[in-house]
Amino acid sequence: MKNPIWFLLAGSLCALPAQGQTPSGREILDRIDKNMASETRIVQSSMIVHGRRGSRTIESKTWAQGTDRSFTEYLSPARERGTKMLKLEDQLWMYSPSTDRTIQISGHMLRQSVMGSDLSYEDMMENPELADDYEARVSGSETIDGRDCWVVDMTGVVGDLAYPLRKVWVDKSRWVPLKEELFARSGKLLKKIELSDIRQIEGRWFPMRMRFKDVLKTGEGTEFIVDSIAFDVEIPEVTFTKAMLRR
Amino acid sequence: MIKFLFKGVIRDSHRSRFPIIIVIIGVLLTVLGSCWLKGVMGDMVDFNARYYTGHVKVVTRAFAENLDQMPLDLALVDIASLKQELSGLAPDMQWISRIRFGGLLDVPDAKGETRAQGPVMGLAVDFSPESGEVSRLNIAKSLVAGRLPLNQDEALISHELAGKMALEPGDVVTLIGSTMYGGLTMTNYRFAGTVRFGIHAMDRGAVIVRLEDARMALDMDDAATAILGYFGGGRYSETRAQNLSDRFNASLAGEKDEFSPQMMPLSRQDGLHEWIEYAGSMSGMLVTLFVLVMSLVLWNAGLLGGLRRYGEVGVRLAIGEHKGHIYRSMIGESVLIGLMGSLLGTLAGLAAAWPLERYGIDMGFAMQNTTMMIPTVFRARITPEAYYIGFFPGLFSTVLGTSLSGIGIYKRQTAQLFKELET
Repeated sequence: MKNPIWFLLAGSLCALPAQGQTPSGREILDRIDKNMASETRIVQSSMIVHGRRGSRTIESKTWAQGTDRSFTEYLSPARERGTKMLKLEDQLWMYSPSTDRTIQISGHMLRQSVMGSDLSYEDMMENPELADDYEARVSGSETIDGRDCWVVDMTGVVGDLAYPLRKVWVDKSRWVPLKEELFARSGKLLKKIELSDIRQIEGRWFPMRMRFKDVLKTGEGTEFIVDSIAFDVEIPEVTFTKAMLRR
Repeated sequence: MIKFLFKGVIRDSHRSRFPIIIVIIGVLLTVLGSCWLKGVMGDMVDFNARYYTGHVKVVTRAFAENLDQMPLDLALVDIASLKQELSGLAPDMQWISRIRFGGLLDVPDAKGETRAQGPVMGLAVDFSPESGEVSRLNIAKSLVAGRLPLNQDEALISHELAGKMALEPGDVVTLIGSTMYGGLTMTNYRFAGTVRFGIHAMDRGAVIVRLEDARMALDMDDAATAILGYFGGGRYSETRAQNLSDRFNASLAGEKDEFSPQMMPLSRQDGLHEWIEYAGSMSGMLVTLFVLVMSLVLWNAGLLGGLRRYGEVGVRLAIGEHKGHIYRSMIGESVLIGLMGSLLGTLAGLAAAWPLERYGIDMGFAMQNTTMMIPTVFRARITPEAYYIGFFPGLFSTVLGTSLSGIGIYKRQTAQLFKELET
């Protein structure tokens, strides 16, 4: 085994289905959610947008609570510095210091790119807990970057999902997606996501680097790098209020 | 001879009335159709040139591949030096920078919260008097309320959109979009006035801002989505535009960079080439069609006339007039009828085209979803061609019709004439 972390994991793996046994789709989604979702988290990240004219790095800090509330402040570059975003359930507001305006992002604007990246505002509005929104079925087993993965086909069970169909390659032992393909209801491929640099943080496996590619857009895609992440920390209630946007 | 034939045509109205009426109707329709086509197609080309394509347009190669998407990130840079180069290449032309961009217009309420929101098409224009853009885009005459943007971050908004969003001149709105490098941009604009261009694609949701303000907001210092070139005198010349584009593009043929500039003549943009060819071929088809249809009608009229004049021709043959002379005199009559009919038909056609040129027909109801630069009011255009185009079908069809029906003269047998005349 190339990765010594496997030895550390050996104990926890006892609780999981044996390698030869195929878990149910639901079980896989629950395992993913246990890794990826948390009560609260504070993430400092860098988003590198690879466009046709070069690359731009956008740094931000996000405070999130459950699946419904998040607050993001952009730290750099200078043009974007001070821009803030607030998500409360299914509503999204944006504040720009240059206009001193708080604007609600809705309708077709939700499908627009965030800061020129391959991520849309709609992506940011997604419920991170997959088990709530999708029904899953294991369709096979494949190897991604030398790691055995379950191939899981997911079908949306709630309306108004940005991606009603998804295909996810889930690491069989760490229960983290390594690759995702997101589709429209028609079956047209819309986005590809590659997740890497999986690290164990506070007892959970988490991808520290993600590469998003909007297949309908030119360019080399967007890298999302988690510079630091803290799970289940206390975040003051006031963080998730519109008043914080102007502060 | 001509005088003699002319008197015959005038005095014997049975011989000339029906063919002249047919020729008048045919020529009227030809002239009117030609003026209408010229007007509609000409307006389309002119509107596109003024608002979108220029007589030639310079964009990056990458932009040219995605022309319909107006990708801001593929815009031209180093505009000042490029314009200098273009002025050296064609010193008599005017070179104008423009920025077209998409965005979202957000209207705040008293608390600064979103009251209304809608997608808009942004156009950044050089309002300086040297650019001539205010008159080229007919902005001053299109103003419905308010005034032109004079100060920093002032904007004009289409009258229709302002009405929908309940905006009044002086209100502040926020324009949200992307910079040339993909970043988010939000800019407050003071709404200076409303405009109505009579082009549905613009009247539906256009926001016009000053070029320097857009450059600041969109992070486009010394950049533009396109440089438009206009020939002196404002008249488009396909040959000149094509030659200029070929010369400019040939000088950059060795460049591999997808952001190097590329010049396109008006006709090579947005399917306008097809429109221009279509207009030319439609005009030719219209004239050919009328010649054919009228020839058939006049052939039939000639046959009827021939039957009515059966006795006359018989007598003329009986008294020794040559068949060729009779045939030629009938052709001569048809030329006179054709000329008279064409003259009257042309006058009638011009009279019918005039109100269409002056007032036009409002087709806005049929263009609710169009994104093309088409005027909503279609107008005819009386060109010098309209004064003579009707004479071709008018004369040709009359002569052809008479020539065909007159062949019967040669089939008459002199030996049978008296027998025929007795009956």
